Amino acid sequence: MDFSALSPVSLIVSLMVAATPILLAAIGELVVEKSGVLNLGVEGMMIIGAICGFIVAVETGSPWLGFLAAMAGGAAISFIFAVLTQYMLTNQVATGLALTLFGLGFAALLGHSYAGIKPPKFGSLDIPFISDIPVIGPLLFSHDYMIYISLMIIAGVWYFLTRTRGGLVLRAAGENHDAAHALGYKVIRIRIMAILFGGAMAGLGGAYLSLVRVPQWTEGMTAGAGWIALALVVFASWKPWRIILGAYLFGGITVLQLNLQAAGANIPVAYLSMAPYLVTIIVLVIMSSDKKRASLNAPACLGRIFHASS
Amino acid sequence: MTALLSLSGLTKAYPGVIANDDVSFEIGPGEIHALLGENGAGKSTLVKMIYGLVRPDSGTMMLHGEPYAPPEPRAARASGVAMVFQHFSLFDALTVAENIALGMENAPDTADLTQRIIEVSSKYGLTIDPYRMVGDLSAGERQRVEIVRCLLQNPKMLIMDEPTSVLTPQEVEVLFKTLRLLSDEGTSILYISHKLDEIKALCEHATILRRGKVVGTCIPKDETAKSMAEMMVGSKLRTPKKHNTKHGAALLELHNLWLKSSDPFGTSLKEITFNLHEGEVLGVGGVAGNGQDELMLAISGEELTVSHSIQLKGEDIGQLGPNPRRERGLLTAPEERLGHAAAPDMSLSENAFLTGAMRQNLTNNGMIRTEATKQFARDIIEQFDVRTPGTENTARSLSGGNLQKFVIGREILQEPDVFVVNQPTWGVDAAAAADIRHALLKLAKNGAAVLVISQDLDELMEISDNIAILSEGTLSKPRPAEGITIEQIGLMMGGTEVENV
Repeated sequence: MDFSALSPVSLIVSLMVAATPILLAAIGELVVEKSGVLNLGVEGMMIIGAICGFIVAVETGSPWLGFLAAMAGGAAISFIFAVLTQYMLTNQVATGLALTLFGLGFAALLGHSYAGIKPPKFGSLDIPFISDIPVIGPLLFSHDYMIYISLMIIAGVWYFLTRTRGGLVLRAAGENHDAAHALGYKVIRIRIMAILFGGAMAGLGGAYLSLVRVPQWTEGMTAGAGWIALALVVFASWKPWRIILGAYLFGGITVLQLNLQAAGANIPVAYLSMAPYLVTIIVLVIMSSDKKRASLNAPACLGRIFHASS
Repeated sequence: MTALLSLSGLTKAYPGVIANDDVSFEIGPGEIHALLGENGAGKSTLVKMIYGLVRPDSGTMMLHGEPYAPPEPRAARASGVAMVFQHFSLFDALTVAENIALGMENAPDTADLTQRIIEVSSKYGLTIDPYRMVGDLSAGERQRVEIVRCLLQNPKMLIMDEPTSVLTPQEVEVLFKTLRLLSDEGTSILYISHKLDEIKALCEHATILRRGKVVGTCIPKDETAKSMAEMMVGSKLRTPKKHNTKHGAALLELHNLWLKSSDPFGTSLKEITFNLHEGEVLGVGGVAGNGQDELMLAISGEELTVSHSIQLKGEDIGQLGPNPRRERGLLTAPEERLGHAAAPDMSLSENAFLTGAMRQNLTNNGMIRTEATKQFARDIIEQFDVRTPGTENTARSLSGGNLQKFVIGREILQEPDVFVVNQPTWGVDAAAAADIRHALLKLAKNGAAVLVISQDLDELMEISDNIAILSEGTLSKPRPAEGITIEQIGLMMGGTEVENV
């Protein structure tokens, strides 16, 4: 076996790339769940984002436009979920699952003629001299732009939720929608905006997959990333900063097992590829073993249908 | 003197029911005005119209002599109308300051707000800590949060919806002091309640609603509680009589029961010990959230405990689930009618089957005996005067009082040896409440042991032989209801042990 290829610096750099799609999708879902809505359609929204971003980036030659299109695409498909669950009061779990199936199928249709094409290259930060410093340069100053943006989004969501009135109102809607309504807040409007934000973030995460991480379009390329993002929200106990921790942990194990496979480690490949999922499950079990703590952090109205009765 | 708020001809209809029919009255500046009526009389709809949550179909309101028609609560608050809700309006997982900020227009930043909360709360004697999580507060403290939230907006008029239902008598005194102080400063108060003694003590005028209509006005000081009650109900009330028989052997014994609550904001039970005898009605009083739900869960078998801490007729049952306990004659009726005592979308006969299957022998080799089940449901409906078209209507379609009669009747018809009921008449109108209390007393007269958990002290005084108070998870020693005073109970609720007199 040859482990010399496993340099810590390049491992960390590639784990950040591996983690960013689920990090983006998870921070979007966190906002959705904080408003009291459970959207299981993350996988579907991600893959729609992946193909929308890919098509627009290829056709215009601009990855930036691709990312914007991915956000629009993800938000558009989440709007279907919003209308169904908020106005027609459909069951959120069933609607979310349907959204995933619909998204996977629709993305395959859209992407039919785009398989095997290379998208335009997405730029990275490159500050003369600083980016060239050994270790610190590659670790801090030469990632692609989207990694910095994703971390800024996390900080932004944290600031919004904990420091602004809008965030307080959003949390209130998720905590007790009857009370929020009685105080005169528009629960449905708040939730629709949260769902659209969640869709946009999932779309962005999907586009990061097809434009930066892979970068290519293949059918079903999200391969469960949306589900991992959902689990990550619970893992993070609905706290934005912990999303980073969870995403990088998952990304780290993914990258590590890929590298171990490449290095020909003496462990059956099947075990290595299941490792990230296994670790996610174990961590989730540990996190939710304390019922009291879990129910304190979870939004109390999560997944409950709101119907203004007065 | 011009009226602060005057209502004329307010009407609001919902499909199948007229909630308010041509309601008119006036409230003067600084006046404490009572709005009296049973559940379903239209009190809530009326205040929701004043607070902008519901729009009237017809009729007008005037505030300070100007037309007033708030399209939403925000507008009502801007015009100086504030409301303290009965429930639904606080957020457990947020802090006091966050909760208050949510109820304000243009909330100042956190530091300013905290300062103002402290100022207002000390001025009116409403002590609260802005940084605490609301879920950790007692009912009385939560209400202070709501009141402070209203006061921070300098309201001209304060609406209070059933404010005392969750308070200890001492907390009620503090509240009344605050309200009188506000009234002296010129704030009008619209006070909604069905507790007549309180209205006599506090209010200057009262308007009485029945089935959506104003059926009378009175000066509470000049009336008796009974005369006002009869105006509310529209007929004479029957008061159940206690049958003070000798009590038999102990049927249910709790020895040193401890139970850790699984609800993060719940109360754990500590060292609960009491005996419940044949023919005895034991009342457990106390403010909700002091361990009532946990005690109910422990006795019903939904939460398991150390086996010998609960004994039924001498047998250890702490580790048995609800069905084996039913088999042995211990039946329960939990507080929440819809969702806990009854499955909302299942029919009455299905709901009757759910707890009655075993004792009424409603199954045959795993198959439901449909006819017998329907007959059981019909018996309940007939004997307990449940108003419903038939056994196949869903539990959800019944009004609160009717469903409660159904739930209680379902258990009583199974002839329990021990019957435990939590808040039997909460949110039930006066006539149905009297029926339910009557049924409980009859059950005890026939030799069953009955445990009634209730927040309503008058109810406990009326039907129990012995009373114990649950306070922060500990139960006081049961003592005879005869001769105990409301003040003593109030002290016990605050956690003080009262010596036997």
